[in-house]
Amino acid sequence: MPGNPQLNANGELQHLLSIEGLPREILTQILDTAEPFAGVTEREVKKVPLLRGKSVFNLFFEASTRTRTTFEIAAKRLSADVINLNVSVSSQSKGESLLDTVANLSAMQADVFVVRHGSSGAPYLIARHVKPHEHVINAGDGRHAHPTQGLLDLYTIRHYKKDFTRLTVAIVGDVLHSRVARSLIHGLTTLGVPEVRVIGPQTLLPAGVESLGVHVFHDMRAGLKDCDVVVMLRLQNERMNGALLPSAQEYFKHYGLTAAKLALAKPDAIVMHPGPMNRGIEIDSSVADGPHSVILPQVTFGIAVRMAVMSIVAGN
Amino acid sequence: MNLLIKGGRVVDPASGRDEVGDVFVSDGHVVESFREKPQKTIDAKGLVVAPGLIDLSARLREPGYEYKATLESEMDAAVAGGVTSLACPPDTDPPLDEPGLVDMLRRRAKALARARVYPVGALTVKLAGERLTEMAELAEAGCVAFSQANAPVANTQVLWHAMQYAATFGFPVWLRAEDRSLAHGGVAHDGEVATRLGLPGIPAFAETIALGTLLQLVRATGSRVHVCRLSTAVAVEMIRAAKKEGLPVSCDVGIHHVHLSEMDLGYYDSHCRLEPPLRSQRDREALAAGLADGTVDCAVSDHTPVDEDQKQMPFAEAEPGATGLELLLPLMLKWGAQKKLPLAKALAPVTSGAARILGVQSGRIEAGAPADLVLFDAGQSWRVAPEMLRSQGKNTPFLGYELAGRVRTTIVAGNVVYEHP
Amino acid sequence: MTKLPDAETLLPGLAAELRAHITPATAMIGLHTGGAWVAERLHPLLGLKAPLGFMDIAFYRDDYSKEGLKHDPKRTRIPFEVEGREILLVDDVLYTGRTVRAAMNELFDYGRPKSIALVVLADRGGRQLPIAAQVCGAQVDVPGGMRLRLKRAADGKLSLELERAG
Repeated sequence: MPGNPQLNANGELQHLLSIEGLPREILTQILDTAEPFAGVTEREVKKVPLLRGKSVFNLFFEASTRTRTTFEIAAKRLSADVINLNVSVSSQSKGESLLDTVANLSAMQADVFVVRHGSSGAPYLIARHVKPHEHVINAGDGRHAHPTQGLLDLYTIRHYKKDFTRLTVAIVGDVLHSRVARSLIHGLTTLGVPEVRVIGPQTLLPAGVESLGVHVFHDMRAGLKDCDVVVMLRLQNERMNGALLPSAQEYFKHYGLTAAKLALAKPDAIVMHPGPMNRGIEIDSSVADGPHSVILPQVTFGIAVRMAVMSIVAGN
Repeated sequence: MNLLIKGGRVVDPASGRDEVGDVFVSDGHVVESFREKPQKTIDAKGLVVAPGLIDLSARLREPGYEYKATLESEMDAAVAGGVTSLACPPDTDPPLDEPGLVDMLRRRAKALARARVYPVGALTVKLAGERLTEMAELAEAGCVAFSQANAPVANTQVLWHAMQYAATFGFPVWLRAEDRSLAHGGVAHDGEVATRLGLPGIPAFAETIALGTLLQLVRATGSRVHVCRLSTAVAVEMIRAAKKEGLPVSCDVGIHHVHLSEMDLGYYDSHCRLEPPLRSQRDREALAAGLADGTVDCAVSDHTPVDEDQKQMPFAEAEPGATGLELLLPLMLKWGAQKKLPLAKALAPVTSGAARILGVQSGRIEAGAPADLVLFDAGQSWRVAPEMLRSQGKNTPFLGYELAGRVRTTIVAGNVVYEHP
Repeated sequence: MTKLPDAETLLPGLAAELRAHITPATAMIGLHTGGAWVAERLHPLLGLKAPLGFMDIAFYRDDYSKEGLKHDPKRTRIPFEVEGREILLVDDVLYTGRTVRAAMNELFDYGRPKSIALVVLADRGGRQLPIAAQVCGAQVDVPGGMRLRLKRAADGKLSLELERAG
């Protein structure tokens, strides 16, 4: 089996495909680098010239305005040229293969590909075929990974809680289909969080999830007890009214985050959500807008983290 | 024609024979000896002389998929791999549900004069699992059994009646045990690896639940069933118990599943995208052990040529299947070495064992048997690379592997159909 | 080889020379890491109203394409209005001038200063750009293949040292 495809021969990050498999030092490097980028937004010229003259291609095979926009903002703040391709509408529908699409763009002198794709593993396939100076950043592949989201979640936790090695973190909801959850779990375990919990009904937890290093809870009250961080996952519409869940109402009753349930966590617990939120389904408005919520800061941190990732890979 | 194969290590799994000696061939059959000087002599010194391999599942891609591979290229691949008889599944395009198609396939294969081809007919029309095919007509046209390939019948009542009908005529039914609804959308074994890679999983019980149903139907109908491509440890146990009970069942395993597991998926290697999926290490070990103790009757290549384009896709979108005709022999030898089996036992699953399931006289070296033979160098290693394969399918998880066992000469009905250059 | 000047001895001289150049409205920015250390020592001696600013030029270096984002970048914090301000830029060693070029580019992204004066502890020559220090502690000859570095001991004592480059 080949070596870690994310690292070059010097052990430096050349692609960001997944948090799994990244050494602790690299995760820390990204978080440390994001810190000064957070300051860029606070000045008059919200730009640094680091990626001037470089082209960042947003290759989104799955539609997403939010993630694509934050990547675009991050790239522009680095002075890069950004080209957005909603491939779902253009060449894919004409039957062009994934690799052909990438090869065509590569011929247009790309430096960074930010890729979102519905099939797990697609960014790995792309990374195997790009030129040596081209870099791939995974913006979400199937249910496998969303590493920049995982990193901004880690950054957020570090910002408010400082020391990973003393935390109890709970991830609540549809872990089965969540690339956000998988990425965050890998990040937390790599950075030494002693207690990582997943909370959800059996239908929404993947086979052998304990092997990822988590404790499983089906009872949300038991799972939230003494937590320092509560991460709520988005529940997609198609999961409800199907064979996985009976209804939004029953889900909210047992797995939705309310002020009452949150009171079981530590008094200074923070509440996170990758967004967009389904108010009243996984999270109550009073909690989403309440003092424990750091959901909006997550978004700001997301830009700094993506700037950090892009500047690190593009320079290697 | 009289042919003498001189001084080779003659290995015959059917009798257990393993000794240096001569093999006499006359008129397309193995004979005790002949008095006249042979018209042709092959020096087999240093080589193993074994029955030609019998592969119960090899896709020749004709009719319908000629852009993937052709009868010529795949028959070339077969004999280059020492395979002298093969059964092809009915999932061609159109499927083998009409006697005319079967007849044409048999004629084409016969005309090429390489390996013997035994078509397996479709159990239901278009493999759709709704209407029965004219099994008697298809059998007359040359079908040796009936199957659904990788499209199990979803409606249990239809399956029941299909088995009853086949049992009426004594036709064997070759079926994969898989519950369609449980397998739906899955592309990998539902376990730790699929969870980490974020791939939709097919749980092990998709196989065992369907196998339970199948065995119950065997009890009810008396139909002779050969269960294809086992993939789970539990299924091996269930077959063991069923055989003990005296049910008319047999089974096979794909040679890839004897050697590989979900761990081999690595970073989404789509050459490991197979049907059924590669499962856990435990499952793999049970399959390898089951083959050794006879619970699993035979091993097949499940040869499926796939365009490289169809493999250079994200894992879940890649076409399943691996090329296998030319790897069956070395992979059987590798398994035999790992299990520390004598050579005769190591080759049994692809010679005498497979012959029994197919109901043919080949697969053995004894007077009166067809002269289907393979001469190979058991010690010669070779590196698996696209240029080493005659099949148009270069898609294999074993690319880059060093394997031992190189075919030198393949003989079908007493005629040399392949000689290593 | 010339003996290296003592950093601690240079500081009071620098402060004295600077007093002639400043007004209470002047602001000071130290460049990470060595320049920040020097600025931290100078700032309290000068009675400036504006708090001390710090700058990391990591994102403005001209060698990013070749070297990537190598060292651990720190936060640039400028706690005063740059627009119309007289600025003192403080660095430890002036060599090629590229660091100062990057610092000026970064500074202009915060606003348009009235003027920028460069203050360095040591000037080792070897300029590759048209950059000069207005106030300089000492000229130092550095032998080929060596680097001039400012070190800070645990007790805060600053010293100039030579080490092998590369």
